[in-house]
Amino acid sequence: MSDWFAFAWANLPALLHGTVYTLEIWVVAMLGGFVAGWVLAVGRVYGDPISRKLATGYIELIRGTPLLVQMFIVYQGLPQIGIVFSPLVAAMVAIGINTAAYQAEYFRAGIRSVRPGQLAAGRAIGLTYIQTIGHIVLPQAWRIALPQWSNEVIIELKYTSVAFAISVPELMGQAKMIGADSFKYFQIFLVAAMIYLVLVSAVTLLLDVIERRYALRQ
Amino acid sequence: MTGSATQLMRVSHLTKRFGEHTVLDDVSLDVTAGEVKGIIGPSGAGKSTLIRCLNGLEPIDAGEIWLDDTELTARKADMDALRSRIGFVFQDFNLFTHLTVADNLMLGLRRVRGLKRAEAETIARRELDRVGLAEKWRAYPAELSGGQQQRVSIARALAMQPELMLFDEPTSALDPESVGSVLRVMRELVAEGMTMIIVSHEMAFIEAVADDVLFMAEGRVVEEGSARQIFHEAREQRTRGFIDGIAAALVGEADDPGQAR
Ligand SMILES: Nc1ncnc2c1ncn2[C@@H]1O[C@H](COP(=O)(O)OP(=O)(O)O)[C@@H](O)[C@H]1O
Ligand SMILES: [Mg+2]
Repeated sequence: MSDWFAFAWANLPALLHGTVYTLEIWVVAMLGGFVAGWVLAVGRVYGDPISRKLATGYIELIRGTPLLVQMFIVYQGLPQIGIVFSPLVAAMVAIGINTAAYQAEYFRAGIRSVRPGQLAAGRAIGLTYIQTIGHIVLPQAWRIALPQWSNEVIIELKYTSVAFAISVPELMGQAKMIGADSFKYFQIFLVAAMIYLVLVSAVTLLLDVIERRYALRQ
Repeated sequence: MTGSATQLMRVSHLTKRFGEHTVLDDVSLDVTAGEVKGIIGPSGAGKSTLIRCLNGLEPIDAGEIWLDDTELTARKADMDALRSRIGFVFQDFNLFTHLTVADNLMLGLRRVRGLKRAEAETIARRELDRVGLAEKWRAYPAELSGGQQQRVSIARALAMQPELMLFDEPTSALDPESVGSVLRVMRELVAEGMTMIIVSHEMAFIEAVADDVLFMAEGRVVEEGSARQIFHEAREQRTRGFIDGIAAALVGEADDPGQAR
């Protein structure tokens, strides 16, 4: 047991270094996906027929293909047409592209669940259509989408681990390298798993607080 | 404003269809400043559709609607500006659920009227006080009873200082105990000379406050006249049938709506 601790302790700095990459990929991808997700959702609900088709096509395409394939297209496919990303940036872009489609679906469902009377009430006090969407529909859609959105960001936190496949030294990548050097695969992956668990628990707690803050305000 | 005969709203030959279904058929009415107009009629008569048309929440198929000297139905009408001059109270309140009572009242003042926060707050507090809910300033709609929500929604409409208030069955979604508090607020508005169009099944209330009553059925105005005429001396058989039917339904109810409300 003490061996085990010594091994974990000795490799903790490397794993935590990897964790920083994990969090970087996650935060950038989530924020990018958040912005793009809203654009796609609004385009899909309120857009002209062309924007609606484009948004729908994007969402179906991304949801219908594996994240890993998307990541290799970004990292190894795009350079053929002159777009070259570092592994880290490629992972951010690929996971961002991926989560945007899922987030868009949750935001769209949220927009659809806002009661029509809310829109009528906004118009009735003289707000323009755009103002009504911006001040009433989208804030309410966000609150409705929050539980599913929380799920999505937690899932993507774990999915950042696919970045090791394009040699990003994030948490999973570090664990794999240490395992290859020491042959203590079981021990190192267990430590890595525990770090993921701590991250996910912390994020879950944070999101719970946010959800509770909004509970009355749907 | 009471007593002046200024014409505030004029509706002529309004027709509205939903697909093949003609929901409003050649409806005309005039509202003078300070007038209280009651609209009664069976469910499905087109009452809600009519007053939704009056502030442009529903597009119309034919006819004209004028507010003062502006035509709502003109192609280039600035509908948003026109709507902000007309208050609308919904059957199911439709308070903005994600905003506090304060922000419900201030949203239009700030975004439509462009007032600064302090100015908006002064007006909003005054209107909330007027409906007797000053202490609910920071509450969310979900924390209020139905009657309180409806009073806030009246305050929200009043905050825009409308020239005309439209009410679509404002007490139909309320439990009996809350009805009185909403009708009391409306009575005060009547006393202040507010111009109002009220769709309601509260016959005693309509009879007490309305200067003029429209009876509608199947998208048409069957009969229009003073409250006394419609409720006691109706010319049309359909009107009498409707009034008698409602009266019969009320017999045996414990509380006298005329008294309690
Ligand atoms: N959005 C709509 N689409 C189709 N039909 C509608 C719509 N709104 C109302 N109607 C129809 O119009 C008629 C009048 O409805 P409404 O104005 O709500 O009547 P009332 O308020 O007098 O009960 C009804 O037959 C109703 O089914
Ligand atoms: Mg109705």
